[in-house]
Amino acid sequence: MIKITFIDSFGEKRTVEAEEGSTVMETAIRNSIPEITAECGGACACATCHVYVDEAFLPLTGGPSPQEEDMLDFAYGTQANSRLSCQIKVTPELDGLVIRTPQRQG
Amino acid sequence: MGESIKTDVVIVGAGPAALFAVFELGLLDIKAHLVDVLPRAGGQCAELYPEKPIYDIPGHPMITGDGIVEKLLAQIEPFHPTFHFEQMVTELEVLSTPEAPAFRVKTDAERTFECRSVIVAAGGGSFQPKKPPIEGIEAYEQKSVFYAVRKMEDFRDKNVVVVGGGDSALDWTLNLQPIAKRLTLVHRRDEFRAAPHSVKAMRDLVSAGKMELRIGQILALSGADGRLAAAQIKSAKGEVSELAVERLVPFFGLTMKLGPVAEWGLNLHENLIPVDTARFETNVPGIFAIGDINHYPGKLKLILCGFHEGALAAQKVYHYVYPEKKLVFQYTTSSTSLQKKLGVA
Ligand SMILES: Cc1cc2nc3c(=O)[nH]c(=O)nc-3n(C[C@H](O)[C@H](O)[C@H](O)COP(=O)(O)OP(=O)(O)OC[C@H]3O[C@@H](n4cnc5c(N)ncnc54)[C@H](O)[C@@H]3O)c2cc1C
Ligand code: FES
Repeated sequence: MIKITFIDSFGEKRTVEAEEGSTVMETAIRNSIPEITAECGGACACATCHVYVDEAFLPLTGGPSPQEEDMLDFAYGTQANSRLSCQIKVTPELDGLVIRTPQRQG
Repeated sequence: MGESIKTDVVIVGAGPAALFAVFELGLLDIKAHLVDVLPRAGGQCAELYPEKPIYDIPGHPMITGDGIVEKLLAQIEPFHPTFHFEQMVTELEVLSTPEAPAFRVKTDAERTFECRSVIVAAGGGSFQPKKPPIEGIEAYEQKSVFYAVRKMEDFRDKNVVVVGGGDSALDWTLNLQPIAKRLTLVHRRDEFRAAPHSVKAMRDLVSAGKMELRIGQILALSGADGRLAAAQIKSAKGEVSELAVERLVPFFGLTMKLGPVAEWGLNLHENLIPVDTARFETNVPGIFAIGDINHYPGKLKLILCGFHEGALAAQKVYHYVYPEKKLVFQYTTSSTSLQKKLGVA
């Protein structure tokens, strides 16, 4: 079983189960995680699924693709660990993943 | 204001639903003008996912967003629709009775139309610039903060800050640099999506000391009475510095907002327009709604549904445009009269 913990901008934690092969964004939407809008439904076309990946997991998730970097230009408050959650595939290695959500998606 | 354009139908929006409606109207000898805030046809397909594959267009196992728009434009070519881009339909006024409807439609580019029917194909709403969520930015909008440049003169001899890394940001950097007192481009990384030649032109100006490039993000704004004085910028390393600014032009892409559609006296259901499923007409006779903007039991926001809706709406539009004529159902395969209209017979 793969678990992901989302920590919102108020510090509240929510741990949910994720399905292998789905995305972090889909997992969030399915579990009504706040602060993720995902207007474009995962097409890497809206940047409203912006999240911060916990530093410890960065080597496992990897960084954004060039196309995702371009889209991240439209997000606010980006940091070195910023990703678009619709572009992170859930794999067994990501079990325990910790994701922080920004206060606003714009 | 120019003279008003007289036409059969005005279509609000130029997304896929609007484009195919032109075809169905054209077969019935109905002329259409289309208005869209975007600079080109295609709505979401062109703006949000031009290069992505679509797998559920009947008869096309796979076609891209741009691909379907290109094909639709080719298909409606025989009917010579007129497009009015980069303008928003702001007003819709009913001029007559429910039995013989007529409408006046106005855009924010001072264009006026008079028509027999209006088809609202506004999708998820009009594309509008995204606003960066900087505390208190609203107070400066239209005085110091602009999401589009309308009057260049407002920027002459000012400290101008452009934010972004795409074509709009780079184009306006290059256009405003010669007239600004000082121009600074702020972008979150030292890489740009914009066309390479504009990026090079910008970098040349920076090397020549004619403008500044700051890598970072705007944290906060300060000023008084809507007049901006300074912006706080956080660098990639986390250092915060201040920059004098009188004009701020942020480019953070587009988002869809319902916009003026809400003010036309049409019934709305959660930002969608309820229609009947026989003719896709709204509560106002003569005004139709097709594509993502409408609502009815079982509605699916799919391109193919928008096509079907346009075909049925066109039948009723015909009765408003040609009240004295009887509509005869015909196939494009076998009707010479339809084929003549298509320029193939
Ligand atoms: C990432 C993504 C993937 C998708 N994939 C598929 C798919 O695989 N298959 C599928 O069938 N559908 C798909 N869709 C949905 C599909 O794109 C929409 O159903 C379709 O675009 C709706 O067409 P439309 O013509 O109704 O509206 P839109 O395409 O939304 O066009 C409406 C246009 O109207 C303009 N407008 C609105 N108000 C005004 C105004 N007041 N004045 C001037 N202009 C105005 C807007 O600027 C816009 O250009 C996808 C959507 C997205 C975002
Ligand atoms: S959902 Fe739109 S970019 Fe991720």
